[in-house]
Amino acid sequence: MSEEKKLPRIEIIEKYCKGCHICVEFCPTKVLEMKGFVASVKDLEKCIKCMQCELRCPDFAIKVHAE
Amino acid sequence: MAFDYEKYIRPGKLPHIWCPGCGHGIVMKGLIRAMDSLNLVKEETAIVSGIGCASRLPGYIDCCTLHTAHGRAAAFATGVKMAKPEMNVILVGGDGDGTAIGGNHFIHACRRNINMTYIILNNYIYGMTGGQFSPCTPTGHKASTTPYGNPDPGFDIAKLAIGAGASFVARGTAFHANQIDKLIAEAIQHKGFSVVEILDDCPTTYGRRNKYKSVIEMMNRLKEVAVPVKAAEKMTAEQLQGKVLTGVLHKVERPEYCEEYAKVIERAGGNK
Amino acid sequence: MSKKVGFLQGNEAAAHGALYAGCKFFAGYPITPSTEVSEVLSIELPKVGGKFIQMEDEIGAMAALLGGALAGQKALTSTSGPGLSLKQELIGYGCIAEIPCVVYNVMRGGPSTGMPTGPSQSDVMCAKWGTHGDHATIALMPASVQETYDMIVRAFNLAEKYRMPVHVLPDEIVAHMRERIEFREPGELEVIDRTAPSVPPSEYKPYDTKFGDVPPLAAFGSGYKFHVTGLNKLPDGFPTTKAEYVQAEEERQIRKVTANIDEIVEFEEFKLEDAEICVVAYGSTSRSARYAVNEAREQGIKVGMFRIKTFWPFPDKQIKALAEKVKGFIVPEMNLGMCSLEVERCAQGKAQILGINRVDGEPINPEQIIEKIKEVK
Repeated sequence: MSEEKKLPRIEIIEKYCKGCHICVEFCPTKVLEMKGFVASVKDLEKCIKCMQCELRCPDFAIKVHAE
Repeated sequence: MAFDYEKYIRPGKLPHIWCPGCGHGIVMKGLIRAMDSLNLVKEETAIVSGIGCASRLPGYIDCCTLHTAHGRAAAFATGVKMAKPEMNVILVGGDGDGTAIGGNHFIHACRRNINMTYIILNNYIYGMTGGQFSPCTPTGHKASTTPYGNPDPGFDIAKLAIGAGASFVARGTAFHANQIDKLIAEAIQHKGFSVVEILDDCPTTYGRRNKYKSVIEMMNRLKEVAVPVKAAEKMTAEQLQGKVLTGVLHKVERPEYCEEYAKVIERAGGNK
Repeated sequence: MSKKVGFLQGNEAAAHGALYAGCKFFAGYPITPSTEVSEVLSIELPKVGGKFIQMEDEIGAMAALLGGALAGQKALTSTSGPGLSLKQELIGYGCIAEIPCVVYNVMRGGPSTGMPTGPSQSDVMCAKWGTHGDHATIALMPASVQETYDMIVRAFNLAEKYRMPVHVLPDEIVAHMRERIEFREPGELEVIDRTAPSVPPSEYKPYDTKFGDVPPLAAFGSGYKFHVTGLNKLPDGFPTTKAEYVQAEEERQIRKVTANIDEIVEFEEFKLEDAEICVVAYGSTSRSARYAVNEAREQGIKVGMFRIKTFWPFPDKQIKALAEKVKGFIVPEMNLGMCSLEVERCAQGKAQILGINRVDGEPINPEQIIEKIKEVK
């Protein structure tokens, strides 16, 4: 029985994102990237649910939904 | 697990007006987490500000909010608190608003030790007017009105507050985001005038004039200069050169102004 | 029941009038010649559970006043010329944010420090035009100690009714002279409180014109939460730069006064029925003018006095009507011609206007006025 890793859902509210890069740079596992002017999830598998992106986003644009 | 910031934000007010990478939003989130941790009742909480980028913060928070004139937040707030001592009164503003045009009200609010919390977002610059030097701009740094480098020495806001009599003084940074709510919550719980200085970044009008290549570089700079007070105790003066202490810097018990005035009312016989 | 009487200074009467009106909050800064208001209220306010605070400066006093008023209190400050200058930005804040409060300003010589203990009437234009931007102004001019008491009550009523700062402008003579006054019995004078919102907090907007030109004002800490700013704003209190809102808001704020001008403007007509000459006077100067009118009448001159009790809004209608009737106006005032300008504007060249202007710290005496009356052709 393989135990699947429970991945969070990273919600990015694009209309709030101002493209400052803070979330991308301070994510310790490089889950996020910039897509044009807004942040975007590149590699959810790497997410360790540390919440740094949500905590540091100055624009209230990221919510990490994890149990 | 995502934090519900909307609980304290007025519907439809986001996105906010601050520039990309400005840390004011990070501080606002810290304030909201602090308010939430203390279960502050919105109708019983007044958030008062002056003028400037940071002073736009109250407009987003779903409480009794008062966006006053430049520098006058502490004086307006003193009126609100005197009239309604049972309200939680929180002040928010920038370094120029609080320590230049509002400097007199600031030191006297500290002296009175009136039970309010003043969050000063210190980004070393007048941002809203386009980057003129403030009383907190470091000597030698550039602003739109110090093109050859700032000749003025800067204020240390925390020392100013302690010297003027604030009974709780703390300092954090926009980089140390998860500490902001704790400092603010402790400040709100403290009885007396509490000051929380948050060192912040202004990439638009300060960073680009002072050779910061990015928001990230500015954030990392905050990380590098900050030394927690506990850690500083074990460091030499040489090691502390150019560093800034963070955490709770000063906490004393001192008579609170509204309580003292309640005694005046009692002495006058007005509480019958 | 015999009335309680006192032998008070104008400033002391102002403090007692404020208490009668239900003032529970005073913020001030010491300044000659108005300080007695602070001193009396520092004694009396705590006796009734009210709050007195001496702030760090004049601006801080005005700010604390507005804060206390927003938190639901009837609020007073007292000051004098230099203090009035310093308070101006925040008087404008009170206008745009529509916060009721009373500014009691004792007029002394100026500009700048001028003559701190000398009488003057030179702040009448400062009260009207001192703060920047378009705004309505109400300013009341007491001429006796009793009237100072009564006018403070009226100033609170107007402030609360129209949601705006209201000025009371005694000259230093009225502020410091002692006269017998009667303390008013409860119910003897009307006392108006601001209209509280009738809607639940979820529907409340601090500038909701659905309720007319003066929207109800909730107090901070009364269960309502709302935003207040000095920026041009929408009915919900949040900033806007939308042209149609800004224009409408500014016009409404001025209309609060212009549409109610007959109710706001009070004046006294003294021996004007058959007058060919009209002395337009206010404050302590009107006392010399009254004497002069009586004297001149004894000499057979048909002269009367129009006493301004509400300087702002100016009694345009009344002065215009008088200009149709009289040959000339005499305007004695302790400044270099401020009221004269307004009389000229209203008279539109239909009558001769002669000013008597003193700024030497001495009052205008009846002889000067009689002399001038005789100059009217």
